[in-house]
Amino acid sequence: MADMKVNLCGIEMDNPVMAASGTFGYGYEFAELYDINILGSFSFKGTTKDERFGNPTPRIAECTAGLINSVGLQNPGVDKVISEELPRLAKCFSKKVMANVSGFSTEEYVYTCKKLDSCPQVGWLEVNVSCPNVHGGGMSFGTSPEAAAEVTRAVKAATTKPVIIKLSPNVTDIVSIAKACEEGGADGISLINTLLGMRIDLKTKRPVVANRMGGFSGSAIFPVALRMVYQVASAVKIPVVGVGGISTAEDVIEMMLAGATAVEVGAANLVNPYACRDIIEELPEKMKKYNIESLKSIIGGAI
Amino acid sequence: MKQGLFEIKENKPVTENVMKMKLEGDTGAITAPGQFVNIRLDGLFLRRPISVCDVEGNILTILYKAIGKGTEQMQKMTSGSLDILSGLGNGYDTSCSGENPLVIGGGVGVPPMYMLTKKLIGEGKKPRVILGFNRSDEIFYEKEFKDLGAQVTVTTVDGSYGTKGFVTDAMTGEYSYFYACGPEPMLKAVYKTSKTEGQLSFEERMGCGFGACMGCSCKTVYGNKRICKDGPVLRKEEILWQI
Repeated sequence: MADMKVNLCGIEMDNPVMAASGTFGYGYEFAELYDINILGSFSFKGTTKDERFGNPTPRIAECTAGLINSVGLQNPGVDKVISEELPRLAKCFSKKVMANVSGFSTEEYVYTCKKLDSCPQVGWLEVNVSCPNVHGGGMSFGTSPEAAAEVTRAVKAATTKPVIIKLSPNVTDIVSIAKACEEGGADGISLINTLLGMRIDLKTKRPVVANRMGGFSGSAIFPVALRMVYQVASAVKIPVVGVGGISTAEDVIEMMLAGATAVEVGAANLVNPYACRDIIEELPEKMKKYNIESLKSIIGGAI
Repeated sequence: MKQGLFEIKENKPVTENVMKMKLEGDTGAITAPGQFVNIRLDGLFLRRPISVCDVEGNILTILYKAIGKGTEQMQKMTSGSLDILSGLGNGYDTSCSGENPLVIGGGVGVPPMYMLTKKLIGEGKKPRVILGFNRSDEIFYEKEFKDLGAQVTVTTVDGSYGTKGFVTDAMTGEYSYFYACGPEPMLKAVYKTSKTEGQLSFEERMGCGFGACMGCSCKTVYGNKRICKDGPVLRKEEILWQI
């Protein structure tokens, strides 16, 4: 019997497969299609203090083996997430959910994290210091070790749940930022967020997305994500969540060998709404193929 | 929403660039005219959203314009099957149409109006159909709409066939309600010209097509809506124009 259980920051998970923030809404669209309780968990749509409409449309551009999005953290704001989205989620998901939080100042991160920290449904706080699609916030916190550590310390001081910092790949030295978060008290690191990218429409000769640039994700970025997970997992002692271009059970195994304790599946959900289910169903067969009895035992195996 | 394989039964041109494809599969998730399907194609990351033109039993008909990588790939297909997400979007609500609604389609906005017209006639209503095109050689489905028993007016911008001008030039006389699908400038003109309430179907560049990614959001009187999930059909009173 394949043992898929992992433990992420003190919380037992049936399997390491989570859906990534921004590709799974607040879960219930997918619950119409399959029982989402089969997931290890999922990270819900990036939530901010106040409601946000996000960026103008078009927000999406297709790429080879991926897409660019420039949604810009559209969400109903933390109060509505707690009063409307979480009760709706409770009807179709009985496990702990990961709360993805973004902000435009340290105070905003703390405010939103504190509110979500008091929700029993929330298992982990995933602090997104890496959104490439907003100005004056998001990624600007994740591109310097000092700023990332400051947000980490402030959130940690105000909350009790495990805090996982989600990092941007759009930096020169990912390891120094991850280490700064670890020193700031982070319980885990998730990476990578999207790579800043761009497409130009040859007919209009203008950028495809209204915001000109956006975050590139999809299977094309898997090797970049894997490399950064490997580098960070080699350098920190806290658990790492591997995110970026995962679309098969074999990708999951590879990411865990690189040092990921759990993984998040993102863009694949948008093309195949059953992607997470398919990966989870495929895992035991692939574990058998590669002589793996327990997924826990392979974490960081390639380091 | 349902994911399934549909077998290509027919794929032939109805004009120089517009193709008609008939597919066989489980159409059970398609519950209203104005909904769309999202088609996965080899080598392309995102699915291609195409409006439903008709459903008869397990046969789905789509009409699409070969205009980019995806639709050009589809144009060349003669057999095989396609991975399709069906039953996407809200579709048109025919319960508020009244006795003699106007049905207005422009260019590639014409296809969903076929299934709508069929449904309205099936409910005993007397829809008047306006089909707008640029030129006579772009016209398709005039006969098919007439065969449903609808009164049809065709407009062409250059006057090479039917009434010269835009669809709005044919929006004369009395009508109880209106339904429209077409390019956004046409929708805006219809909105301004219309004398009744109505429903309009919008287009936006989509990521997933089923409400997960927030790629196609728009602002409405009733808050933010996703064109793919809460639309593509919006009611006249809720529209906030961006153009």
